Amino acid sequence: YIFCVSGDFVKVHSTATEECVHILQGHRNLVTGIQLNPKNHLQLYSCSFDGTIKLWDYIDGILIKTFTVGHKLHALFTLAFAEDSVFVIINKEKPDVFQLVSVKLPKSSSQEIEAKELSFVLDYINQSPKCIAFGNEGEYVAAVRDFYLSVYFFKKKTTSRFTLSSSKNKKHAKNNFTCVACHPKEDCIATGHKDGKIRLWRNFDDDKKYTYTCLHWHHDMVMDLAFSVTGTSLLSGGRESVLVEWRDATEKNKEFLPRLGATIEHISVSPAGDLFCTSHSDNKIIIIHRNLEASAVIQGLVKDSNIFTGLMIDPRTKALVLNGKPGHLQFYSLQHDKQLYNLDIIQQEYINDYGLIQIELTKAAFGCYGNWLATVEQRQEKETELELQMKLWMYNKKTQGFVLNTKINMPHEDHITALCFCNAEKFENPTLVTASKDGHFKVWILTDDSDIYKKAVGWTCDFVGSYHKYQATNCCFSEDGSLLAVSFEEIVTIWDSETWELKCTFCQRAGNIRHLCFGRLTCSKYLLGATENGILCCWNLLSCALEWSAKLTIRVMEPDPCSENIAAVSQSSAGSDLFVFKPSEPRPLYIQKNISREEVQWGVFVPRDVPESFTSEAYQWLNRSQFYFLTKSQSLLTFSTKSPEEKLTPTSQQLLAEESLPTTPFYFILGKHRQQQDKKINEALESELVQLPLTENIPAISELLHTPAHVLPSASFLCSKFVNSLLLSKETKSGEEILEDVDMEEEKESGDDSDEEHDFTENTQDANDTDLGEDIIHQLSKSEEKELRKFRKVDYSWITVL
Amino acid sequence: MGEFKVHRVRFFNYIPSGIRCVAYNNQSNRLAVSRTDGTVEIYNLSANYFQEKFFPGHESRATEALCWAKGQRLFSAGLNGEIIEYDLQALNIKYAMDAFGGPIWSMAVSPHGSQLLVGCEDGSVKLFQITPDKIQFERNFDRQKSRILSLGWHPSGTHVAAGSIDYISVFDVKSGSAVHKMLVDRQYMGVSKRKCIIWGVAFLSDGTVISVDSAGKVQFWDSATGTLVKNHLIANADVQSIAVSDQEDSFVVGTAEGTVFHFQLVSVTSNSSEKQWVRTKPFQHHTHDVRAVAHSPTALISGGTDTHLVIRPLMEKVEVKNYDAALRKITFPHRRLISCSKKRQLLLFQFTHHLELWRLGSTVATGKNGDTLPLSRDADHLLHLKTKGPENIICSCISPCGSWIAYSTTSRFFLYRLNYEHDNISLQRVSKMPAFLRSALQILFSEDSTKLFVASNQGSLHVIRLLEGSFKHLHTFQPQSGTVESMCLLAVSPDGNWLASSGTSAGVHVYNIKHLKLHCTVPSYNFPVTALAIAPNTNNLVIAHSDQQVFEYSIPDKQYTEWSRTIQKQGFHYLWLQRDTPITHISFHPKRPMHILLHDAYMFCIIDKSLPLPNDKTLLYNPLPPTKESDVIRRRTAHAFKISKIYKPLLFMDLLDERTLVAVERPLDDIIAQLPPPIKKKKFGT
Repeated sequence: YIFCVSGDFVKVHSTATEECVHILQGHRNLVTGIQLNPKNHLQLYSCSFDGTIKLWDYIDGILIKTFTVGHKLHALFTLAFAEDSVFVIINKEKPDVFQLVSVKLPKSSSQEIEAKELSFVLDYINQSPKCIAFGNEGEYVAAVRDFYLSVYFFKKKTTSRFTLSSSKNKKHAKNNFTCVACHPKEDCIATGHKDGKIRLWRNFDDDKKYTYTCLHWHHDMVMDLAFSVTGTSLLSGGRESVLVEWRDATEKNKEFLPRLGATIEHISVSPAGDLFCTSHSDNKIIIIHRNLEASAVIQGLVKDSNIFTGLMIDPRTKALVLNGKPGHLQFYSLQHDKQLYNLDIIQQEYINDYGLIQIELTKAAFGCYGNWLATVEQRQEKETELELQMKLWMYNKKTQGFVLNTKINMPHEDHITALCFCNAEKFENPTLVTASKDGHFKVWILTDDSDIYKKAVGWTCDFVGSYHKYQATNCCFSEDGSLLAVSFEEIVTIWDSETWELKCTFCQRAGNIRHLCFGRLTCSKYLLGATENGILCCWNLLSCALEWSAKLTIRVMEPDPCSENIAAVSQSSAGSDLFVFKPSEPRPLYIQKNISREEVQWGVFVPRDVPESFTSEAYQWLNRSQFYFLTKSQSLLTFSTKSPEEKLTPTSQQLLAEESLPTTPFYFILGKHRQQQDKKINEALESELVQLPLTENIPAISELLHTPAHVLPSASFLCSKFVNSLLLSKETKSGEEILEDVDMEEEKESGDDSDEEHDFTENTQDANDTDLGEDIIHQLSKSEEKELRKFRKVDYSWITVL
Repeated sequence: MGEFKVHRVRFFNYIPSGIRCVAYNNQSNRLAVSRTDGTVEIYNLSANYFQEKFFPGHESRATEALCWAKGQRLFSAGLNGEIIEYDLQALNIKYAMDAFGGPIWSMAVSPHGSQLLVGCEDGSVKLFQITPDKIQFERNFDRQKSRILSLGWHPSGTHVAAGSIDYISVFDVKSGSAVHKMLVDRQYMGVSKRKCIIWGVAFLSDGTVISVDSAGKVQFWDSATGTLVKNHLIANADVQSIAVSDQEDSFVVGTAEGTVFHFQLVSVTSNSSEKQWVRTKPFQHHTHDVRAVAHSPTALISGGTDTHLVIRPLMEKVEVKNYDAALRKITFPHRRLISCSKKRQLLLFQFTHHLELWRLGSTVATGKNGDTLPLSRDADHLLHLKTKGPENIICSCISPCGSWIAYSTTSRFFLYRLNYEHDNISLQRVSKMPAFLRSALQILFSEDSTKLFVASNQGSLHVIRLLEGSFKHLHTFQPQSGTVESMCLLAVSPDGNWLASSGTSAGVHVYNIKHLKLHCTVPSYNFPVTALAIAPNTNNLVIAHSDQQVFEYSIPDKQYTEWSRTIQKQGFHYLWLQRDTPITHISFHPKRPMHILLHDAYMFCIIDKSLPLPNDKTLLYNPLPPTKESDVIRRRTAHAFKISKIYKPLLFMDLLDERTLVAVERPLDDIIAQLPPPIKKKKFGT
């Protein structure tokens, strides 16, 4: 088994099948450390920020005991020789002062025990469990921080401290300690450093005669170190994404396991010694055999620093598609919270280093029911040196994967701003339109590219259109494919896709068009455009006139492929609001205020496999598809009408923005996971220890997640908030049924953490919205009178909805 | 402090020879270093690492092994098949004995110092008995198939390990038979190399044999069973040398990549007695092969092809963190290789096998302080004088008038007369040297170039009057009764009345030239003299010692001067005492009697005796006083030591006239550029 901490939970995975076997839940705050019970290998200790240490039977997933310590616990260590005590890191008064203390665990049969007997061991230590190691069966403990290595000998009760001078080397030597590991058999401490060196310390029981030797392979910070069970080899990992095995601790005798994909955050070794396991910054755990062969990968949703492509749905697999590993597209199954596969787009070795300008995968689009995939990659070193490449991939039924069909170098002179396929059935010929900053949009069609050697198809440019040298900012096909809308800065042009004639133009003079989409089904005569200046316009294509417009700063506008609905997320200083509406009516179907306090970057509708039937007017828009959105901090959130637990109360009318299955990996990306990883590396019993993202679909977590990440980037803060909210929502759940009440409660709870939270009551919410309405009216009064009436209507309707 | 026009000379194309062997003598704390040109140098580690003696090399004598025996006896062996013992008193070779085994590759003295073992090209290991004044062949060990490249005695003296090609043999000394033959793996990083050469072996008292070889391995063998115990692969190239400390708790190896690795015996756990050898720190002080290493109780000493001798103290063994704990790098000899004719502005450079005479360039331009002036006439290479025979030059000198050049090798003394006719120079050898003038350790011309002083290696000092085209022997000062100590430093007073001479250890003798008798002896001091000079007019003798002390001794008064007493009372500035290199030259300003000019390899200093001495709180190395500062402050902060570190490494500096200095530099980069290219190593990020 392998254990990993994920938020408040400890997950138990099978090392053989990668499946999550159990989830140990019960902590009310972030779990910071887990250790096997040295006396009973079927039991596991865990500690948490909530100040408790819990003992679990992980085979059955049962909580055995809870010890209440009282302090915030930052890490946990157990030792075989210290029968009845464990070691924890707590922090004293000042936020940056941490101490290692031993806690005596009283023997008692009761389930809840208070353990208040603390004895001080070491101070000036780092809170990260990577910076503490116990050596030689608990003879000593080594801790590192900054430039100090402190060794405390339990028998002699003395502390030795070794300092690396930071100024010794004037070449900006980054000597800082980053992690420490102790040899299991010998008196040898390995420390990792920021400059990539590993130092092996010996003779450290003598303040003068201590000596160390250096191993240097990493060029960047050593993230973690681990000795094999017998101590014959040392494992190290870092940003190079290479696991290095140093045999016999000699510089020349090393083995590598390269291309692990992302920075190695943690390394752990199974007690039996047959398996290693590394956890990575991209939400992945790799289980590695002793002979350095990766045997299993537990992969969550890959985190990437920049999601350029936005969220897409693969029409075939219904998987969510977005940037994954650098240069890859990931296909992620929302239903199973599992990565389906990675498609290597750039097909170049990724060099992981600071300051390198990488090729970025910027755009991607699916066409023809998933038969075609178009991708755009670019690399720009200097203003004038743009490297641009468009690739078209065909789905191969035999291999069940995408195969590169056409590669187009420099399809445009400047950045490609939009990419869309014509998905109408009547077009036998797949058509792709690209819009670029160079003022052109190009139409690409599939043509016969056969020669005497083979039959082939390829893409060629069919038409180049432009409009007064304006930059093309967006493009969009109507549902039937007959019309193509291309926006050129402030102007929207409509083109006939048969003849590529310019049909008409719309101009609102309200700033550049940021989003453009056609209405669907019954609303297909409408074209929607959102501008930078915060105006949402709806044009009637039949009358070629503006149907209505509204003052909304739209961040994301996504049409539902299964209905007429369009979801728009607007950004205001207070947070992001979601509006769902039909283009035909200026009256929104549904409004959810404050879905996220941070900027929503992308959204997508995911068609449901089985349509739901919500009778309530407010949820009808969710009948056929679910709306997922991605915030700036890369949390993936969705709307759900109910959470699994609440299915028991079918009448529940609650609408919660729920963090659903797939979201968890993201949430771990949010920063929590990273933190948890820091918190403690776990040990495993027969197999190993690890940390995994939490894939739990727990409704209670739900709404709280809106707030956490952006308010306080500090992970600890985030976690506590998260945990608090979790706790309270659970408690309130039984009683509260009504949306507003729940909202109120939750807001209050999270309000504890953050002053920024507003207390919404039913009344105030109404009032707020009224204010908002008035606000809009006020603003609109400045605009033309004609529109004013419409707006009033709109405002009114919103208020009524609320 | 006046301003000078400085000739910054960089055309002295001197390259020190690479270091081949080093041998450390624990009893006397001395280090013997042999170089590839056959020179053997003795460093006194107690005296601030001063190079106190040297034996000139010989073209045919490539030293391959060097060792101390019975405390003070130094032996070397080389590829000419001879074992040589050096006379450390007379600074010459006592005797050379052929071992009749072809070129000798290795040599080791038994732990008791009574037996000498040499390993020869033909695979024989020969045992010699060391008698008080000779060595005597005793017997051969079992002959091996190939050359014996390394030898190591067991501390009890019963067994010997010999490293050959591809295998190590262990001999029983009594029987002379090979007990074990340990085959070394030829594998080198998975590739089979042609041969695995055992460059070094060490025998520990517990029976462990440590070998270093050309495959980059350090291997531990059990000599009782002849089995490999542990293997450390430390380099991609040859590991060429090994030295074990006396306590056998650490050893050091040097590799062809220029890295020196330190191995230590550390206990496995703090409470168990089990110990293991662990590679600890690597030191990269060399750019080229480290051919030789030595392990003193407190330091690791390494030398190699890049000509540096590096002394790296072990921090944990140094009691106090004083300047002894600092790393030392010795590159240049601690003796003068350059002499200068002030009158004609000539420089004479001494190389191992030739002399070069250069005329300094001149300029008509003037400029501000710190300006580089354009040369109106470039420096001229006037003369290239090659020695006859295979022996290296010991010393050379040009007379102040520029018309005489003298140099000496181990067996011959040469004197030349130079005639200048406009730009043409003719050289005329003065023939018929007297028999007693066979070899000289130091040569000096008097200021008026009429007398030549020669310190011979028998301890005697010859005074010779130079006439136009001939010479006349005036007198020979015989050494003090009983001592055969050689004089290596000479100084003559500008008025020609006094001659000071100093030997390797004893005090300084001052002779009266007029009366040709010993005038007085300066009280002896613990540290060897590094430079001597007699001031004009006052006839004060200034003596610099290797511990960086400077004394001034009045010859007429036969006592130390007042200034010297003051500075001894107050003590030198601690930074002055911590300098690395000895003072190699002292000179005086003809117009400013209070100034003493001296220099070492890294700084040039003018001591102004009229100014107050610095104490430890004042800044010793003051930058050139900024002119903007008011004179008052400058005067208040001024002290006697004016130090300039602009020129380094400084091999020679002298005053040509009142306003002109000549400084000879030898940038280290130029030396490295002329060495064979080092082993290429991939450097990350390039």
